[in-house]
Amino acid sequence: MGTVTRGDTTWRRISIAVPYLWLFVFFLLPFAIILKISLADPVIAQPPFTPMFDADGGLSISLDNFLFLLTDKLYAVTYLKSVLMAAAATILCLTLGFPMAYGIARSSSSVRSLLLLLIVLPFWISFLLRVYAWMGLLNNYGAINNTLLWLGVIDQPLQLMYTDFAIFIGLTYSYLPFMVLPLYATLERMDMDLIEAAQDLGASRTRAFWDVTWPLARAGVIAGCMLVFIPAMGEYVIPYLLGGPESLLIGRVLFDEFFVNRDWPLASSVAIVLLLLMVVPIVFMQRNQAPELEAPE
Amino acid sequence: MRRQSRFIISVLAFGYAFLYIPLVSVVVYSFNDSKLATVWGGFSTRWYGELFRNDQILDATFLSLQIAATSATFATILGTMAGLVLVRFGRFRGRTLFSGMITSPLVMPEVITGLSLLLLFVSMQQLFGWPAQRGFSTIMIAHTTFAMAYVAVIVRSRLSAMDESLEEAAMDLGGRPLRVVFDITLPLIAPAMISGWLLAFTLSLDDLVIASFVSGPGSSTLPMYIFSKVKLGVTPDINALASLIILIVSVALLIAWAVMRKNQSR
Repeated sequence: MGTVTRGDTTWRRISIAVPYLWLFVFFLLPFAIILKISLADPVIAQPPFTPMFDADGGLSISLDNFLFLLTDKLYAVTYLKSVLMAAAATILCLTLGFPMAYGIARSSSSVRSLLLLLIVLPFWISFLLRVYAWMGLLNNYGAINNTLLWLGVIDQPLQLMYTDFAIFIGLTYSYLPFMVLPLYATLERMDMDLIEAAQDLGASRTRAFWDVTWPLARAGVIAGCMLVFIPAMGEYVIPYLLGGPESLLIGRVLFDEFFVNRDWPLASSVAIVLLLLMVVPIVFMQRNQAPELEAPE
Repeated sequence: MRRQSRFIISVLAFGYAFLYIPLVSVVVYSFNDSKLATVWGGFSTRWYGELFRNDQILDATFLSLQIAATSATFATILGTMAGLVLVRFGRFRGRTLFSGMITSPLVMPEVITGLSLLLLFVSMQQLFGWPAQRGFSTIMIAHTTFAMAYVAVIVRSRLSAMDESLEEAAMDLGGRPLRVVFDITLPLIAPAMISGWLLAFTLSLDDLVIASFVSGPGSSTLPMYIFSKVKLGVTPDINALASLIILIVSVALLIAWAVMRKNQSR
């Protein structure tokens, strides 16, 4: 280990220091500032929060923002709704993504690379435009309603846009590739003979799936679920464009609290609580991935 | 090859339809003559022509491309350094914090990254008077910070899969460590650096939330411009713009795919 750098300590120091400093200043320090501001009170000034030290040098911090978040029912409901919505989208992505990844992993190699390309392609097209595409479909006079009206299934356009349903579809649509790719990566490595062996030994197909395939795919399932759940939790664009005015998710509340109400301290506390809620899944995921990502010692 | 079950085939068909029907419908409606984006008023390509006469779109596109190219370049340099440090440098003080800081931006919700960086820039402005105004440089710094994490992960996985013996041999033959890095290591990880750069470029072009936080008045990136328009609903010129992007991305990826296939079969 470390052979490349033997002797050349200046070079070594610079290569460590440059990215280290960058991340320290632009990633770690900002969190300290969020924490600091979340402990301040809002005032009408520039910047709109009270300083941490008052004129006499006394420490002035308050937990009012956090107490407010805890006691105000609206915020509790919003956090809960964000978790539920993200969880529902994760489950639908898994239900749809698992058979897809399985199918891709089992197809012949020429078909497989095309199928994978088609999974990755939407990811390279702007996220915003993909959400926008659903605005055209879910509209009262959009493609879905027009088709249903034409088929005679309904005689009034359904209200699909600006509903929780629209947010749910938008989340599932946007994050489906993030589910399929890690699942594909694990399923592709899996030895398909194991399933056949289980079936030869008398296990039913369902039994073989739950006893053999599922446990072997576990790492992929966890990675996929986290890659969908975590960003879906803080999503801003999808609830804004597809959801109604009352379908508030926490990402949008944070944004509005900051830009519309200009309550920087409250926005910062919303961010801190969101971060705390997310620490559990993030640590879980990094633990799960640790063996793959850790440098060989 | 085993036959796929009917269940798997139908889920695949459904899944791909789900992924592509919205995109196809945008492209179809982009040729709609009607100003009302939801009513079909005959075939027309006029909205494409209007795109190129819209200065706001052209300015925003130019700004986005500049930011994307600059931040992707910085992210590739910093991310490659970070990847090298993590795989080849063994232990050093603060390594745990370093590896934590490099992977965290990958899972951080955009609203938090955006808010935290804006608050940093505001505090810096109060303390040192820099950045005097927010725009190109602040967006570029923000994009570099989260994109370098992606580059570092790509470079790291490439490096860990790579045999160290070539570098050791060069070293044994008397190569100075810095020369070994430039003559042996970097050429070997060049493909990872290129995919890292492309990913960083795309992530930067794609970002709306972080840019909205850290940009100032007068500097709108393309996603910010699109968002300000689509907030109010579907418009025909955005349909044309979206179709154009879908076309460019699809053609570029299909070419890349065809080239890769050709190389593999050779």
